[in-house]
This record gives sequence, C-alpha cells and structure tokens, in this order.
Amino acid sequence: MKKKGRYGKYGGQYVSETLMSALIELETAYEAVSGDPAFIRDLASLQSEYAGRETPLTFCPNASQELGCRIYLKREDLVHGGSHKLNNTLGQALLAKRMGKKRLIAETGAGQHGVATAIVGAALGMPVEVYMGEVDTKRQALNVFRMELMGAKVIPVTSGTRTLKDAINEALRDWVANVRETYYLIGSVVGPHPYPQMVRDFQSVIGKETRRQMMKKEGRLPNTIVACVGGGSNAMGIFYPFVKDDVELIGVEAGGEGIETGKHSATLCIGEAGVLHGTLSYLLQDADGQVIPTHSISAGLDYPGVGPEHAMLKDSGRVTYTAVDDPDVLDAFRFLSRKEGIIPALESAHAVAWVMKNADRFDRDDIVVINLSGRGDKDVAEVAAIQGGHNGKD
Amino acid sequence: MLLKWQRYRGGIMGRIEGVFARRKKPAFIGFTVAGDPDKDTCMRAAMALVEGGTDILELGVPFSDPVSDGPTIQNADERSLAAGTTVDTVFEIVRQLRKKTNVPIVFLTYYNMVYHRGIDRFYQEACEAGVDGILIADMPFEESDDVYETSLRYGIDLIFLITQTTSNERIKKIAARAHGYLYLVAVLGVTGVRDTVSSGAINLLQRVRKHTAIPLALGFGISTPDHAKVCAGAGADGVIVGSAIVDIIEKDLGNPDNMIGNLKAYVEQMKKAL
Repeated sequence: MKKKGRYGKYGGQYVSETLMSALIELETAYEAVSGDPAFIRDLASLQSEYAGRETPLTFCPNASQELGCRIYLKREDLVHGGSHKLNNTLGQALLAKRMGKKRLIAETGAGQHGVATAIVGAALGMPVEVYMGEVDTKRQALNVFRMELMGAKVIPVTSGTRTLKDAINEALRDWVANVRETYYLIGSVVGPHPYPQMVRDFQSVIGKETRRQMMKKEGRLPNTIVACVGGGSNAMGIFYPFVKDDVELIGVEAGGEGIETGKHSATLCIGEAGVLHGTLSYLLQDADGQVIPTHSISAGLDYPGVGPEHAMLKDSGRVTYTAVDDPDVLDAFRFLSRKEGIIPALESAHAVAWVMKNADRFDRDDIVVINLSGRGDKDVAEVAAIQGGHNGKD
Repeated sequence: MLLKWQRYRGGIMGRIEGVFARRKKPAFIGFTVAGDPDKDTCMRAAMALVEGGTDILELGVPFSDPVSDGPTIQNADERSLAAGTTVDTVFEIVRQLRKKTNVPIVFLTYYNMVYHRGIDRFYQEACEAGVDGILIADMPFEESDDVYETSLRYGIDLIFLITQTTSNERIKKIAARAHGYLYLVAVLGVTGVRDTVSSGAINLLQRVRKHTAIPLALGFGISTPDHAKVCAGAGADGVIVGSAIVDIIEKDLGNPDNMIGNLKAYVEQMKKAL
C-alpha cells in the first residue's frame, strides 16, 4: 500500500466533508483497539461463547464423490445468525461501544448483515436502525421479522433501485445527519477507509481457521478456495490469510440472467474503475458514469460495486473472478441440500455452482474449499416461489 | 499583495472573483439541477434565476447516487436523468447559457462523474463551455490532489465544502486549496429545506472567518428571506439556495410558465432581503 487506505490505485475516502472527522475518529479508534489485548480478548470471547466459533471445516463425502475432488465446506452457515456477517458486526459493535457511540445504523441487502447487526445491538444494548431496500424487504421478509424481533427498526428504502445500493445511500444520509452519536456499521469490505481494512480484518478469522483446520486434517494447504463475491467480505475473509500462498483463489460473482443480458451483478467481471459509496473500485456504470441497476437471484450479491482490495487482486491476477448464472445457482442450492443435507444461502450457492461447473479441472486428490458463507433457510420461500411450490422433478 | 487565490489565473480576475469584488451586499447563489425537468425547461429556469438577480448560478450535474442530497434534489436528479440528460447535455446547457449571460456558472457534482469522463477531459470541456467553478460533493481535501492540479491548469475555481464537523486544522488546509468561495454547510445533514438557520451555522461562519480571506457562502437548508437576512447579518459573503428553488420547479412541472414566473419572483424577494 502506497498511501493509507489504498489498495494499489483503489480505495480512498470519497465522502462528504461532514463525514471526514468521523472517519478520522474511527481510524484512530480502530488502530488503538487493533493492538489492545483487552479488546482482542473480549472479541475472542464473544466469538467462541456467543457466535459459536470456531466453525467446522466439513468434508463432503457425497459431493466429493460426485464431483471428483476433495470438497470441504467452511461452515460460516453455522455462525450464530446464519452467516459470516456476525464476525464483522461483533468487532465493529464492540469498537462502537468503546468509542462511546449511542446508536448503530446499518444497511442490508439479503438481510443477513441487518440480522447480524440486530443481534449485536440486542446483545450489547445498543439501539439499531437498519436501512433495507423495499424490494429486499419483500423478498427477504423473514429476515425483516427476525430483525424486528430482536428490537431493531427496519427502514424500507424507496429511492432509486430500492435494493442494497440505495440502502447504503440512505444509511450514509442518516450518518451525515447524526454523525456525532451514530456509528455506521458497514457490512462488507466496501465504503471509505478504514472500513474495507477493518471488515477484512474482522472476517479474516474465517481464513485463519481454515488454514489451521486444513493443516490438521490434510497436512497441506488446499489447491483451490472458492467464495462468492457481492461486496466481497466473506471472500476477503477467507482469501486474505492465503494471498501469499500457492493456493488458487476464485471469486464468484452473480451472473444473474447472464452477463450478456445486462441483468447481473458481475462487477469485477465487466465493470470499470469508478467511485461509489466512498471508495474507488470496480463499478457497474454506463458510458456517462451513472451507476446501473444490477440483478441477482440473491439479494446479498445484488450490488454494483465491490471492495477495493478485490479490485487490486483482480488487476494483479492473484484472484480469478468469474460469474455463474441464476439457473446454475438454483441447481447448486438443490445439489448441496440433497447430497449433504446442507441448505446453502443463494449467495454461497454461487461458489458451489462454480465448483460443479468446473469439476473437470480437478483431480481426485485436489482439495477444494468452498466458503459456505451462510445458510439458505432465508431463501427457501423465494426458491419455492421460483419453482412453483414443488421441489424439482428428479 | 495579491492573495494566492487571486493569482493563479495569471492575475486575470475570474467571473466568481468579480462578483465578490464588486459586491455591495451578500451574493445570491442559486442552484438548479442541469436538465431538470428537461433541457429546454432547465434553460428557461436558469435564465429566470439570472433575470431575478442571481449572482452565481450553480448547476447540479445529475448523478444516479447523490448521497449528499436530500429527497428534493435527488428527485430532480432522477427527473433529469429520466429525461435523457447526459454530461454532454450539461455542457451544451452551459454553452447555450453562455450566449445569453455572463453570470458565473458553478458545477456541483460527484466524483464519479468527473473521474469516469477523465478528470482532464471533464475540466477541458468545462473550461471551453464557460464553467467558472466546480464543487465535487464527495471529494474531501485528502482526495483532491489530481483535481486541484487540473483545476489550476484550466483556471476553474475549485470549491470546497466546510462543515460543522471540520476541525480548524482542516479549515486551514482546505482554505489553502480553495478558489472562488468556500461553501459552508449550515446543517449537519443532507440538502433540503429547513425551518431556521441554526446557531451552529453562524458559529461556523465566524470560526472559518478567522482562518481565511476567501468569500464564505452559506448553504443547505436556506430558503426564506428571513434565513437570508440572518446569514447576511452574520457576515456571510453569499447565501446558497438549492432545494427551495427545486421545490418551485417541482411544484409546476405541468405549467412551466408559472414555474418561470415564480422562480424570478422568488429570487427577487431573496435579493431584497440580503
């Protein structure tokens, strides 16, 4: 990194002047806790006693048999709340509390980050307001109910595309207006510095555990690690501890109805450099620099931007970014459910789908780790609706 | 001795500088979104603002994700984009306005609009069209190196925001790079009409004044003649009105003649109060 908060040319702090003092305050506070044994101890204790870490690295005999390689799942679906999102919200909420902030706000797409924020709000006694696109409140009604059950207020966002992008816009507007008392708990490795770094650090527990568990089980590092990428937090979390190793890293974006149809969220695959939500990264935009609407069957990947560190890793070639389309994702959703009794989140099913489609490239002894970033209970109603209420024909 | 901000164009006084040098009372700075609700009506609206006595015309370059703006201006951006406004359209509006008026024109926009076109190209086109200043709402001082250098080359004033959360140390750094005027944000929050001018705004004006000789204009939440009087009384060099103007446009989308008349009358009334 040349400059603080830069990943190659990407990153930075493209925010209104009102927020600069808050970002500087946050940066200072984060630096202070990063090396503070008491903070590290508190967080580790919450991770093990409350969140249920460490999560298993599960070998999948049936899927391995079917696909012809050794498949492991990193079970972030078993983290309290049902996804990896709690790793980050625990860390940031502890930090917010230390900073003396009185209120947490968050954006959410699929609702998993909103749920994870509602959880920490309840657990640490802080009021939570979650901005959620109106479209997403409908397709993820169960998560809205969960958030409200835990005392969070869910604010449906009716501006723009009414999805994650606009939820972030509204959260930023709220933060500008209430910056002194409010902590904005961003849910992915996006946004202005220090968020991409901070969220990556809190999520790196995924990759650190994976490394340790893999060495214990197999005595060697995996050949390939696969993770889905929306904003990119679960992917950064599992990739980061392996970036310097000889391990293939694959980031799978949402191909939606097919990249050629324009209805997708494949930011790194076909986006261009641009600035959205405080950071310079890849961005899906038109010829004039206007951000274009995205599509994905999974609300959590439905975002036109991506974390700036991913942008750098793409340019350097260290990580391969690709996309799979909605029908393949549904196949993977059913495949993992039937073969292993594990219902993946539609987001995570993108990573599974990529392995299914690329099974030919692997030998029987190759080890492939899929980051199973969340569980699919939240998606069951949506998938049932897509299937017309019945469970497939085979 | 010439101040730094008076020197960079080779000593030639810019249009914005001219406004403040000549002024006998605070300047009225009026904002509208370029292309709202469509190109032709926007041209008429802009000219109505000028004819009403607007000293500096701010044009919003519409962006899909205007996070510093409240619903009023956000809706105006959406109307403009829905009408097919592109960056080319915005430059065309400036060129056409330049045939009719010498009023200083300032762009308000977001970083991606400038970055995506190429910073140099954007500034060159702005310069050729007759733009006098550019404010990029999501570009704090820390990210302004490239734009600052480019703005000096094209002689376009780089206008910065200063807010109630800006420290004195930052005010000094920002003022050293600012040209034209400093845009003081009167509220904690996004653009939009408010009931009163807060004491925080007046404190901010007095605080910034200690650090710089650049003209200071107050904006965000200012809409009534009473607001204008308070700002003038506190020593502002200018008041900036955006959402109240866009409200007038929005109210008469179906009746542009009314809209034009109301805009002109509004500016005249605000000018009187200053």
